[in-house]
Amino acid sequence: MVINMLELKGICFSAEDESREVEILNDINLTIDDRFVAVTGPNGSGKSTLAKIIAGILTPTAGQIFLDGVDITDKSITERANMGISFAFQQPVRFKGITVRELLSIASGREASVTEICDMLSEVGLCARDYVNREVNASLSGGELKRIEIAMIMARGTKVSIFDEPEAGIDLWSFQNLIRVFEKMYEEINGSILIISHQERILNIADKIILMADGQIKKVGSKEEVMPELLGCGQPCKTLADKL
Amino acid sequence: MDAIQQNLLEQVAGLHEIPAGAYNIRANGQMAARNTTANIDIITKEDKSGIDIRIRPGTKSESVHIPVVLSQSGLKESVYNDFFVGEDADVTIIAGCGIHNGGSAASEHSGIHRFFVDKNAKVRYVEKHYGAGDGNGERIMNPTTEIHLADGASLEMETVQIKGIDSTKRVTKAEIGEKASLVIHEKIMTHGRQYAETDFTVDVNGDDSSVNLISRSVAKEQSRQLFKSKIVGNGKCQGHSECDAIIMDGASVSAIPELTANNIDANLIHEAAIGKIAGEQLMKLMTLGLTEKEAEEQIVNGFLK
Repeated sequence: MVINMLELKGICFSAEDESREVEILNDINLTIDDRFVAVTGPNGSGKSTLAKIIAGILTPTAGQIFLDGVDITDKSITERANMGISFAFQQPVRFKGITVRELLSIASGREASVTEICDMLSEVGLCARDYVNREVNASLSGGELKRIEIAMIMARGTKVSIFDEPEAGIDLWSFQNLIRVFEKMYEEINGSILIISHQERILNIADKIILMADGQIKKVGSKEEVMPELLGCGQPCKTLADKL
Repeated sequence: MDAIQQNLLEQVAGLHEIPAGAYNIRANGQMAARNTTANIDIITKEDKSGIDIRIRPGTKSESVHIPVVLSQSGLKESVYNDFFVGEDADVTIIAGCGIHNGGSAASEHSGIHRFFVDKNAKVRYVEKHYGAGDGNGERIMNPTTEIHLADGASLEMETVQIKGIDSTKRVTKAEIGEKASLVIHEKIMTHGRQYAETDFTVDVNGDDSSVNLISRSVAKEQSRQLFKSKIVGNGKCQGHSECDAIIMDGASVSAIPELTANNIDANLIHEAAIGKIAGEQLMKLMTLGLTEKEAEEQIVNGFLK
């Protein structure tokens, strides 16, 4: 199997907050050539920012990104999408008037038949009959949107698939089902999955775990290597610790 | 009928050939074709331009097409059409107006449609407006719709103006009886320097009656839109109006809703939202491989579908 390589060199990102420069990512160097990589770390450590920089939604203040050796730092979101990068948003977007079928057709790059839509939706535990012609609007729950978002990424089947906290905003029961989707994806995918998650069961599937804190990479390695660090990271202050 | 008129007819009424059921086709101010059925009669008015459409009580699943096409530059006309829908009838009425203006003089069509819907009758009314032609003469349409719903009657109106009308002032007035209901779906897209104004006035008079006005519009380039709605609840009723607009480029959109409750059991709601396309919607579609322009088209088409 061909493993595709995503490489980040010296990525920095800072944003302005009340006329003060805040550093969000500081000198990130990373090579992703595994099938399933999990990024974890405390809130505010820069994980989502990193994902958005890879997808082209945010532009780094310094550094370069390579996909299979090609510098994509200056490529637009659309160009990166067509070169093989997919990105599942942490908060899926709603569209008045656009149906599940249309969205999945856009994702797969052609007019998908009902049978194909059925295949895509059943992968994420949804029955096509109930969803094919539903509008992707406020009538769908957070969990349903999340699954449709994941189905879109699977329909694309690109070299690199990035998921930003797929567990966020869905109930535990839905999550139990979702985890199976990722376990299955691990078996079937012909590319790399980069998944931002706090969930131990997701971390369990990963070939490699990247631990981030304070805009930097603290540790990269197997679960056994990274977990002890994870527990020591983002130590609560004494007042909070006393209450825990 | 020539090719230009055929094309207009297809745009406004989806007609490729002579429709089934009753119809009256008006082209350049003249009657071009008419058909009546055992239950639906069409009579030319004698005092002014227009027709009376009489639908017998109990008529079921029949349709009436009354499209109008204008291809002669500079033609201005006002047409008065009255619909009398008998008790318990259940019919579909398809109107529509297409203007092709290849000249420099303004072409204008003002259709004044009045509906008298008798007890427990059901009407679905579809109206499409379309303009074409490369002349610099303006294409103007000013439709007026007047709806009278007797007790238990219902009317669902779909009105669409997607392209090519330079100026429009759409006035809709309705009065609603007991247990009667009115639903209006309006879709408008303006571009260039077009102007569209919509003005609804609905008196909800009967108990257990309802009205639901839903307007979706897209204003592009330098176009302007004005949405006015006035719902007056005089009985124990439900009234809801919704104006949802996407604004683009240098366009301008105003929404002026008005609600009046004259009865303690009148329940009236208005929702209005005007805004540009959400950045995250564009971004999502771009991460699926669409360009920004393609993404914008998808969002607008979906919104107005």
